[in-house]
Amino acid sequence: MTDETRSEYAPWMPAYEEPPAGHVSGSRLERVLRQGRFAVTAELNPPDSADPADVFEAARPLAEVADAINATDASGANCHMSSIGICSLLTRAGYGTIYQISCRDRNRIAIQGDVLGAAAMGVRNVLCLTGDGVGVGDQPGARPVFDFDSLSLLRTIRTMRDDGMFLSGRRISRPPRMFLGAAENPCVAPLDWRPERLAKKVEAGADFIQTNYIFDVPVFERFMARVRDLGLEGRVFILAGVGPLASAKAARWMRSNVPGIHIPDAVIERIEKAAKPAEEGKRICIELIQQIREIRGVSGVHVMAYRREHQVSEIIAESGVLQARVPQRRRAAAAGSTPG
Amino acid sequence: MYSVRLFAVRHARSFEWFYARFEAVMVALDPLFTRIGYERVERPVAAFERVTKRLLFDCKMCGQCVLSSTGMSCPMNCPKQLRNGPCGGVRPGGFCEVKPQMRCVWVQAWDGAARMKEGGKINDVQPPVDRNLEGSSSWLRVAREKAARSSEGSDAPRTAIARAFADARAHEPAAAPLAPEPAAAVRSGDAR
Repeated sequence: MTDETRSEYAPWMPAYEEPPAGHVSGSRLERVLRQGRFAVTAELNPPDSADPADVFEAARPLAEVADAINATDASGANCHMSSIGICSLLTRAGYGTIYQISCRDRNRIAIQGDVLGAAAMGVRNVLCLTGDGVGVGDQPGARPVFDFDSLSLLRTIRTMRDDGMFLSGRRISRPPRMFLGAAENPCVAPLDWRPERLAKKVEAGADFIQTNYIFDVPVFERFMARVRDLGLEGRVFILAGVGPLASAKAARWMRSNVPGIHIPDAVIERIEKAAKPAEEGKRICIELIQQIREIRGVSGVHVMAYRREHQVSEIIAESGVLQARVPQRRRAAAAGSTPG
Repeated sequence: MYSVRLFAVRHARSFEWFYARFEAVMVALDPLFTRIGYERVERPVAAFERVTKRLLFDCKMCGQCVLSSTGMSCPMNCPKQLRNGPCGGVRPGGFCEVKPQMRCVWVQAWDGAARMKEGGKINDVQPPVDRNLEGSSSWLRVAREKAARSSEGSDAPRTAIARAFADARAHEPAAAPLAPEPAAAVRSGDAR
């Protein structure tokens, strides 16, 4: 679209900008990470509603402390508002967003098209995920797709971005400028191979990694030591996943019902013995952030506070990781603002 | 069979040795296959391949076998059919997220790869499966691909997918195939 077409039909829409030198996307998250600052991302609980106000309501407690907000893509195979819808709304309102794509629900034709759609809406970060099996969700009779896996998805979007073509070879006139993310789960089996798989994700195209929950710092430290040995330091930005536990009961439930979550018994016992379990859960989360921050090779934290979003800004403030930095502008930026 | 499948992974190195020789034989037979016509050998070879590989690896006949790059653990047995696993949902002890009674196919794959001489191939990023090739013979595809590659002197990267997944393409001849496919090897007409 030429600039004239844009100003004629959608004057509120900023021009499709190319990233600055040394950047692949120019997203706020990418700039913060490349400046060597400790980044904070946070997961948004997507509404079961068609009202955009509910999206902004959900983003409010995260916006002031997060460099980018993750919009989950039917996480746990439960149906909610789509990630692309949430990212489009938030990006246009001036927030940094991370568009999550799970391979469970859409095939390669749908996904490549959605990536272009998201980029056109100003989305500049994407997180490529395999996705939980349909059986754990609210509609276990659904057909699982898994046409891509997270790595072939990463490589595909990288091909779209860097070579300007679809996987079919057809040309893309304006490639999607996306900062490519992937997940890793350092604390679950096979522990020995998790770092190699991270290396493989970097090879596939990952620019940043958001890990699953880290409650076991010694295991994560061993993982990071191996990651450094593999020479990945400086080649990928790693954001460690953290989150507050509400109670011992909730922690046990998560451990046995949510795939891929490892919580040591000691952590659960500590919450169980506390007079105010929710406060203790928050305290543990803050301590974890402070310990994780000291580990070499960690570039930030990713806060997943499901139904405890109200605690996120306090957790980040008390952990001191932002050092008086204010990540998000709260007002919607005018046209011509930097992309999300 | 599940127990035979686990056995194959434990003996991944022997299978690797055997497979390398078997592949050489198949490639050497390319002139013969060409003379008879790949179209005509497709069905009997695919039928034999289906029986043997189902017994050994619980093969699903994806038509793009990458066993040598996955520790002799067939990735199509993963309920998510990941070609680059494992996912983040592996249960304690290395069991599957979706089928908790089964050992994770990809935990097995990495174990098998560690036993193999060229196990490092597991680090190649594998392309997504081409569903058109389901049910066709991967052995014949390997023979065609390797013969075409040696006659051209190098691997001509003719397709975007082969270029995007160059490492997998270099090591696994059946991944992102480039040689012309005989009509008998391509599923057609059931797209709707």
